[in-house]
Amino acid sequence: MVEPRVVVVGAGPAGVRCAEALVAAGVRPTVIDEGRRAGGQIYRRQPENFTRPYAKLYGTEAKRAEAIHRTFDGLADRIDYRPETLVWNIADGHVWTATDSRQGALAFDALVLCAGATDRLMPVKGWNLAGAYSLGAAQIALKAQACAVGRRVVLMGSGPLLYLLAAQYLQAGAELAAVLDTSPGWRRIAALPKLLAEPSVLWNGLALTFALRRAGVPAYTGVQPIEIEGTAEGGVEAVSFRDSGGQTRRIDCDAAALGHHLRPETQLADLARCRFQFDASSRQWLPERDASGRSTTPGVYLAGDGASVLGARAAEASGRLAALAALQDLGRPVADAEVAALRRQLAGWDRFAQGLREAFPWPAEQAAALPDDAIVCRCESIAAGELRRVVREAGACEANRAKAFSRVGMGRCQGRYCGHAGAEVIAAAANIPLEQVGRLRGQAPVKPLPVAIEEDLR
Amino acid sequence: MGGRFVRLAETDRAELTFLLDGEPARGLEGDTLLTAMLRSGAHLRESEFGDGRRAGFCLMGACQDCWVWTDEGGRLRACSTLLRKGLSIVTRQPRAAWSSLA
Repeated sequence: MVEPRVVVVGAGPAGVRCAEALVAAGVRPTVIDEGRRAGGQIYRRQPENFTRPYAKLYGTEAKRAEAIHRTFDGLADRIDYRPETLVWNIADGHVWTATDSRQGALAFDALVLCAGATDRLMPVKGWNLAGAYSLGAAQIALKAQACAVGRRVVLMGSGPLLYLLAAQYLQAGAELAAVLDTSPGWRRIAALPKLLAEPSVLWNGLALTFALRRAGVPAYTGVQPIEIEGTAEGGVEAVSFRDSGGQTRRIDCDAAALGHHLRPETQLADLARCRFQFDASSRQWLPERDASGRSTTPGVYLAGDGASVLGARAAEASGRLAALAALQDLGRPVADAEVAALRRQLAGWDRFAQGLREAFPWPAEQAAALPDDAIVCRCESIAAGELRRVVREAGACEANRAKAFSRVGMGRCQGRYCGHAGAEVIAAAANIPLEQVGRLRGQAPVKPLPVAIEEDLR
Repeated sequence: MGGRFVRLAETDRAELTFLLDGEPARGLEGDTLLTAMLRSGAHLRESEFGDGRRAGFCLMGACQDCWVWTDEGGRLRACSTLLRKGLSIVTRQPRAAWSSLA
C-alpha cells in the first residue's frame, strides 16, 4: 500500500490528538507547528530553564496539559514534526510553508487544519496605547514568561478567560486593579441549563469567581467601556467605564487586557476553498464541516478551536475525530462506535459553548456606539469615523469593499483584531444585517513573510 | 520610565546582555525579546502611523504589533523571538537597503 501523505497544521490539543490517532493507524503524518514546542497556546510550554510545576502553570487543567505534552513527545520518532514553521498558503494541492527564510511546499492526500484561535476583540477608545493587550497576551506573559503585563492591571471584556486570567494573576501575586465584565450578571443564571452540559467546567468557573470575590478585587458586571485613558508616549493610565447603574467610574492602572472570548483562525480553510456559513449565535462566519470535521473541500478536515470555538477539551475530541474521518476516506478501517462516541462528546461541548455565548455575549452594540475618533484598526490607526465615512459616502457596505476604501483590515494583522468589530461598525452604519456585510477574504501569505525567502522544495 | 512588565517568578536565571538602540541592556535566559525589552523600558517601537508608542498586543505571533529590527535590517517579531546574547536590536525601522530586498 502506498503511504498516504497526511499533513496536520497545528500542534495544540486538536493537532496532537489528531497526530496520535494517525500514528496509531500506521500513518506517519507531517505536523507543522508555528510554535517552538507542541502544546498550542492553551497548553503552551514555558522555556526549558523555567521550573514552575504543571499545577502552577495550568491549574485545574494540569493533568490534561501534561498528557498532551507527553503524548506528543512520545510520537517524536513516528511523525515528521516541523516546529517554528508557518503555513502561509494552501494552493495547487500543496501546503506552502516558511521556516526562517526557507520556503517549502508539501503535497497531501489529507490535510487536517487545527489552526487554533486568537482573542476576539471589541475595540475601545485608546486600545492602541502601549500597555493595552489582549487577555490571551496577558495570560501568555504569565504562563510562558512568568510576568504580569503591568504593575496594576485592569481586565475588561467578557467570557471564561476573563475570570480564569483574573484567578491566575491573583495566584501569581500580580496586582489586579479591577475586573470589568460587559455582560450583565443575570445572563449567567439564564444560561445555566446549557452550562450544566459540562458540570465540572461550570464548577471550575464558579470557583474562579468566588476566588475573585474573596481576594476583594473590584469586579463589575454589565459595564459599558468608555475609554482606555493615557498618552501616546507613556501609554495606559486608566480605564473609564459606565457601571450597570449608569454611573461613570475611572480606575487607575498601567495595563489593560481586553477580549471577548475567541475567534477561530480560518484563513487557511478559506485558502483551501472551504465553504463558510454565517453563525448567527456567535455573529461570525465559520467554515462548514460535517459531524466528523470534513470540510466542503475533499481531503481537507477541520478540528479544534480553529473550526469552531468549543474549548481545549473539545479540541482533543474533534482532533481525533477528524483523524478518523481522514483515515476512513483513505480507505482505512475505523470503528463506528468510537466515531459515534466522539460525536456525542462534541454535542455536549457544543451545548456548553452555546451556554457560554449566552452568558458572555459578544457586545455587538458597542461597535455601533464607538465614538468616531476611536481607533478600529490598530495596525494603521484608522478610526471608526473613517470606516463609517466610506460606508456612507462610497456606499461600501461589503466587508472587502470597505476594506479597500478605508484600509481597515488591510494592515499587518490582516483583520484578525479589527475584522469582526469592523463588520459590526459597517452593518450599523449601513443599517443592514451583519450577515449581509460578508467576511474578509483570506489572503496569502496569511502572515507577513521575511523579505528574503529562498526556495526549498522538499 | 522603568520596565512595563513585572517579573512574578523564575528570576533565578542566567543573565544575558544585548544591545538596544546601541545601548547595553540586560535580560534573562529564556526571556523573549519582548519580555527583555519591556523589562528594560516601557515600549517596543513607534507606530509608523503617528499614534504613539507600541508595546505589543497579542503575544502569540498573530497581530505583528511587536516588530523590531536587527541592526542588519532583519525584521523580528519580539514576542516569538528568544533573547540571545549579543543581539543588537533597533526600535526604528531601518531604511530599506538593496541587500535586504534581494
